[in-house]
Amino acid sequence: MPLDANTPDLRTEFKSVGTRPNRPDGVDKVTGRARFGADFSAPGQLVGLVLRSPHAHARIKSIDTSAAEALPGVKAVITYKDIPEQEGCDKDVLVNIMARGTALYDGHAVAAVAATDAAVARKALKLIKVDYKVLKHVTDVDEAMKPSAPVLHPGRFEPVDYNSLETASHVSGKQETKTKTREGSNIAGRYVFGHGDVDKGFKQADIIVEHEFKTEATHQGYIEPHACVASVSSDGMAELWVCTQGPFMVRDVCASLLGMDVSRLRVTPSEIGGGFGGKTTVFIEPVALALSRKAGKPVKVVMSRSEVFRCTGPTSSASMWVKIGAKKDGTFVAADAVLKYQGGAFPGSPVEMGAMCAFACYDLRNVRIVGYDVVTNRPKQAAYRAPGAPMSAFAVEGVIGEIADKLGIDAIDIRLKNAAKEGTVSSYGPTFGPVGLVETLEAAKAHKNYKVKLGKNQGRGVASGFWFNFAGNTCVSINLNVDGTLALALGTVDIGGSRASMCLMAAEELGIAYDDVRAIIADTSSLGYNDISEGSRVTFSSGLATIKAVRDLKKRMCGRAAKIWGIPEDAVKWENGAAHPAGANAGGFDPLSIKEIAAQASATGGPLAGHYEINAEGAGPSFATHVCDVEVDPETGAMKVLRYLVVQDAGKAIHPSYVEGQYQGGAVQGIGWVLNEEYFYGKDGTLQNAGFLDYRIPVCSDVPMIDTVIVEVPNPGHPYGVRGVGETSIVPPLACVANAVSSAIGVRARTLPMSPPKVLAAIEGVAASKA
Amino acid sequence: MLKVKLGGTLVNKAGGRTEFEVEGANIMQMLRNLGRTCPELEPMLKKGVSVAVDGQIYRDAMLQPLGPENEIILLPRMAGG
Amino acid sequence: MSAVHVSTKINGDDVEFVCRPDESLLDVLRDRLGMTGSKEGCGTGDCGSCSVTLDGRLVCSCLVMGAEVGGHEIGTIEGMAQGDKLHPLQQKFLEGAALQCGICTPGFLIAARALLERNMDPTETEVRYWLAGNLCRCTGYDKIVRAVMDTAKDMRKAAAKSSAKKPAAKKSPAKKTAKKGARHAA
Repeated sequence: MPLDANTPDLRTEFKSVGTRPNRPDGVDKVTGRARFGADFSAPGQLVGLVLRSPHAHARIKSIDTSAAEALPGVKAVITYKDIPEQEGCDKDVLVNIMARGTALYDGHAVAAVAATDAAVARKALKLIKVDYKVLKHVTDVDEAMKPSAPVLHPGRFEPVDYNSLETASHVSGKQETKTKTREGSNIAGRYVFGHGDVDKGFKQADIIVEHEFKTEATHQGYIEPHACVASVSSDGMAELWVCTQGPFMVRDVCASLLGMDVSRLRVTPSEIGGGFGGKTTVFIEPVALALSRKAGKPVKVVMSRSEVFRCTGPTSSASMWVKIGAKKDGTFVAADAVLKYQGGAFPGSPVEMGAMCAFACYDLRNVRIVGYDVVTNRPKQAAYRAPGAPMSAFAVEGVIGEIADKLGIDAIDIRLKNAAKEGTVSSYGPTFGPVGLVETLEAAKAHKNYKVKLGKNQGRGVASGFWFNFAGNTCVSINLNVDGTLALALGTVDIGGSRASMCLMAAEELGIAYDDVRAIIADTSSLGYNDISEGSRVTFSSGLATIKAVRDLKKRMCGRAAKIWGIPEDAVKWENGAAHPAGANAGGFDPLSIKEIAAQASATGGPLAGHYEINAEGAGPSFATHVCDVEVDPETGAMKVLRYLVVQDAGKAIHPSYVEGQYQGGAVQGIGWVLNEEYFYGKDGTLQNAGFLDYRIPVCSDVPMIDTVIVEVPNPGHPYGVRGVGETSIVPPLACVANAVSSAIGVRARTLPMSPPKVLAAIEGVAASKA
Repeated sequence: MLKVKLGGTLVNKAGGRTEFEVEGANIMQMLRNLGRTCPELEPMLKKGVSVAVDGQIYRDAMLQPLGPENEIILLPRMAGG
Repeated sequence: MSAVHVSTKINGDDVEFVCRPDESLLDVLRDRLGMTGSKEGCGTGDCGSCSVTLDGRLVCSCLVMGAEVGGHEIGTIEGMAQGDKLHPLQQKFLEGAALQCGICTPGFLIAARALLERNMDPTETEVRYWLAGNLCRCTGYDKIVRAVMDTAKDMRKAAAKSSAKKPAAKKSPAKKTAKKGARHAA
């Protein structure tokens, strides 16, 4: 049992939780009053712009900033020299925010200016002379692993014998004559997970299916570009207003990069216009601080959309091989996979998590996953909703779909037969506690969408998915106001309605009305450290801390009532928004409502508040099953998603509308990944589609209504049973849509995106082979 | 004695060994003793690992009690989106 | 580049500003007039976050030059609610959880209002194609489309009620709102 969980009183009856009230920040957001990153301004602020490398890979021989500095209106020009390396800082982050010696990808920051307005700043950028020596580049993951590839970080990663890699034998099948380079390699890591004996397992198989798969990099695609205003005073005190998923992370990382005391930097998070993992690191924030420090004035930096695409983190592109063996009855006997993820110019692709999630849905005796983390001349990848998992699920669920077809077993039945449940030793090691995969499969099978008869050129796909869910450092304060209403201060940025969920949990715990609690997101000087809003952790962790902070407050309020009544504290209990004598022996006092206690707070010992600080653990994993129907136009290869169903375990849905919203949003992001979205690099290694016109995320007319079913298998690690829900929803769609397309056109596409030309080529391939 | 299994990269660092027996009453003590038993793991352990105890993943709870009855698996440190 | 002096009307109020000839209407609204409700998601007319009406017509304000709006009527999100009374679309978006992060919401509301002013009884397909110029990355569009359809239904009911009360009133509710759509010009 987790040390800090409050499991004995898992609540099952709710008054507020499970209702759908309006969110506290809602009116501001529908009237345009909510302030997002670019909506902040400081008096006398300058405009900051960043100069970026036009080359995918180039040595920077020199940077001449003199002409830019001389331009009237320019107040500061900085290069890497203005951000000297500090002891203990994260070197990769330092190099990523400003190139040092080598530009590693198209869009890599090289210099920055601060000027009185945007026109002057743009002019100044043009006056900075950078002398580049263009180097050979590599953007494809398979190419980057070869000994012939240019090495991004000479001497950093050990040379490897290419022919000894799983990739050489399993995937390319080709032996390279040159097997090692002296400079090292682009392979930053090799990871292995699994248990049992796969070779033995495959010997028991009646059917074995193995294939290669490829997915392209996709961007989180948040509509709000990165933006911040930095203000550094001459005494070293600094303020930063920024849109981020992690204000405390921004504070600590910026302080470490710039050699500042953490206490000097106060970060205030704005409303955030989407993140999906992409706002869990720093890009322009330390640059804006360095500019402000040099200029002695506040500096505002806002990225353009093209900058967002070129230099913030998309997720990895992947090249994968998956092999699964099954008995005639559909029982899986062995599973094997090799995953190669490029994570851009620095190590840290989410291949480990992709490897851990790959087979996590299934109960497997013999399983092995090998993962490679590879560097290429692309922007440093950033987390993207269930990082690493959608790609490996695309490959695994695709193979499972084919096995089901070949054995003539229903797509849901074969998954039910092999589904992970409580007690299953997961493919990545730990044994599962209570989990809800079986429940999602059963609910999907019972849903009306699964019974709809399909027409010509139509197909149905099924896929399941898993995500761990995280918890982490969380601090919450709740203050009782003089009129009995409450102010709830949270340290986790609200990305999609979490303030509403926190108010619901506080109201539930206190037995008062939802409207009596107002939640705010505090700045970094008002609360202790909070981890980033990531890993589907907010409703779980801040919810847990909110409930505990309220319990702390309730105890104090009961204490006051005890004083007023002159009875012992433990003779007072809290019920329905009021303190009551605990029993007949405690005395016949009338209950003291929260309003009455608040009114007397000053006279009975001072203000009342509750707080709670925790490094939360115990976030339960969430499983999902998706079902999708598509229709493919045989003339053009264009496909239309006809129906889409998401069934996912939420543990307990606090605000069901926003849980549904997470399911629907994740599904549509996944649909985009299948249909259109891709990073397209030219021969010169520059990004060819750095805009929403050419990088096409799904629009309203691309998708149908997204049907949802919320399954609730309570998480014992949370007092109300909550599981995170934000990320799992993007794991199944890639495979789900791909399986539907396969069933519609009779051929399996294993490369994403499945744009119309690719689908058409596949259809014509089938026709040609039949002719 | 605690039985500690390794996952992912940690296996490579430990020279292929997948299981260790070490003393310790909580995660902090277990990790300290593991580092002593297998110095090659020390840098990874310092950088931070996740510890799965009976299926529950802990990233930082160093004082989580451990006993011989627990299933203990060391995993790479994880982060989400 | 010398600045241009512009006289215009925004949300019914007379407004004067100066801007450089290369500034977009969006730049003017946000940086010169402090009206930050219109958002910049792309600056190239692809995302619709900066949607405003220009003489009742739906436009991306990032594609309109600030200097060319003299004498025209602009409608922004800041003018959508009447006093403390939210527009029915705003109310429905709020109640139907048709926003998550909220950055695209002003653009969707302006675009949806422009639709309902032209067509008070749109089909789901009509709603989806009308809103195809507005990008949302959080919701998957489901709750947005529902909110627009539900608002249209309520508005039709209200219009039917008021026309039942006053039989002499204009017969077609669609026409009536189409005229109302040009109210910024009136």
